[in-house]
Amino acid sequence: MMNINQLIFGRYLPGNSFVHRMDPRAKLLLSFYFVLVVFIANDWCGYLFLALVTLFCIKLSRIKIKVFINGLKPLFVLILITILMQLFFTSGGHIYWQWGIFTLTSNGIISSVLITVRFILIIFMSTLLTLTTTPMAIADAMTALLRPLARFHLPVDEIGLMLSIALRMVPTLADEATQVMAAQRARGIDFNHGNLFKRGKALISLLIPMFVDSFNQATNLATAMEARGYQSGKPRTHYHQLHWQKTDTMALIVMLLIIPVLVFLRK
Amino acid sequence: MMSIIKVTHLNYQYEAHKKILNDINFTVETGEWLAIIGHNGSGKSTLLRCLDGLLTPQSGQILINDTIMNDENIWQLRQKMGMIFQNPDEQFVRATVADDVAFALENAAVPPQLMQQRVHEALAAVGMLAYADKAPAQLSGGQKQRVALAGVIAQQPRLMLLDEATSMLDPDGRRLVLQIIKQLRQKYHLTLLSVTHDIDEAIMADRILIINDGHIIKNDTPAAIFTDKTLLSQLNLPIPYTEQLKNKLRQYHVPVPQGFYDIKEFVKYLWTLSSKM
Repeated sequence: MMNINQLIFGRYLPGNSFVHRMDPRAKLLLSFYFVLVVFIANDWCGYLFLALVTLFCIKLSRIKIKVFINGLKPLFVLILITILMQLFFTSGGHIYWQWGIFTLTSNGIISSVLITVRFILIIFMSTLLTLTTTPMAIADAMTALLRPLARFHLPVDEIGLMLSIALRMVPTLADEATQVMAAQRARGIDFNHGNLFKRGKALISLLIPMFVDSFNQATNLATAMEARGYQSGKPRTHYHQLHWQKTDTMALIVMLLIIPVLVFLRK
Repeated sequence: MMSIIKVTHLNYQYEAHKKILNDINFTVETGEWLAIIGHNGSGKSTLLRCLDGLLTPQSGQILINDTIMNDENIWQLRQKMGMIFQNPDEQFVRATVADDVAFALENAAVPPQLMQQRVHEALAAVGMLAYADKAPAQLSGGQKQRVALAGVIAQQPRLMLLDEATSMLDPDGRRLVLQIIKQLRQKYHLTLLSVTHDIDEAIMADRILIINDGHIIKNDTPAAIFTDKTLLSQLNLPIPYTEQLKNKLRQYHVPVPQGFYDIKEFVKYLWTLSSKM
């Protein structure tokens, strides 16, 4: 079974770098933007440039590049499958080797490398977002960015609260899952052996208590929230104020320049 | 003294169940600490939830500060009441300590500037200022309950309701939380209402209400209740440590007085006794 702690993706590393201090809204916007930009690039020059931009951003965050590379490890199988798919199922260009439906072509090699680079760049950039921003700040930023949609009767505040409670509950529920598993193991349930059917059946002994438990927790949390004066739809203030600074605007402008540079590099 | 809570002829029952609360009448004076004790299922938690307006009783009246509680004014009344629940994990709403303390203030639409100040003050009052940015998963049960206390203090309530607030803590955590509750009570002139199974907590109260099967069967001072041996054995209530010690000493014919003592007073008594001998 995969160790949850190995997953660097979605974790936060405290720090006080330029990237850490940026407004989470700016970071969120930039990450979305970067993912889009990655799909615009389609040649070596473009990718080299984007890789340099990514490295520069990582440098700004003062987090070691090793952390990011380690973060790739759990995704290794996924990347490998993507590479193999691209390698053997892309047609066009010079054919080097063919066997049944599998073909190895020059186009295949090029696109598999490009796809991998694309994949890694996206992972690095989104990891950079989560490593430098607390989940809470991300939830706040999402709520703030969704704010305009409140005009179309989207319950933005409720979505924001749900998101933040979900994030807050993740470690608590993970702890409980570990406990329930240990308790069931003590009663002789084997989670790691047997065929798919047997394992699925073992999983039921984890899932049902976890569901019942979350229902109970939700009821109690709702009661506690009511006792503390939470009414949905009522105007509230926010403890965390997001501060958009000049540097955020600057970062946004600099990143916007990527597209013209990419277009220029494409010729 | 003015009574802050006045309950008259309160009845409550969940649908298709037998009555949980049956004609409850009592008052709580301003600044008083009232402990409510009783066995599981005696209705004491239900009573506390009725007082906070979380449950609506079928009949009867609850007066808070001479205002009759109803559906319209409950949110307003609740701003002056703080409630702490049993499970530290299930009442932690936000992802960090400071955020959680601010939750009730956010709900009351307190301006952010003032909120900062009140959160800071409340965290200092429970000694959790150093943990302001920690996540609930990084705290012990006792620390989480202290955060819950800070959340209530930040609301600046007049009345604090404790629903078995220390029952899921280890002995050290329990002692510390009780000590902080005692300090907070003095500092902020709080009226306390606590539902508890913990004998040490009940002894700290000014008055004890014993509930059994939805009825109030006793309403008296801890001294009167915990020296009443027939009552204790009848209700199968635990005997406080000093009373147990007194009983043992009597077996060895050591002269002990009838009155009730807490541990400090009892130690003092033993000192005077030994100097006399």
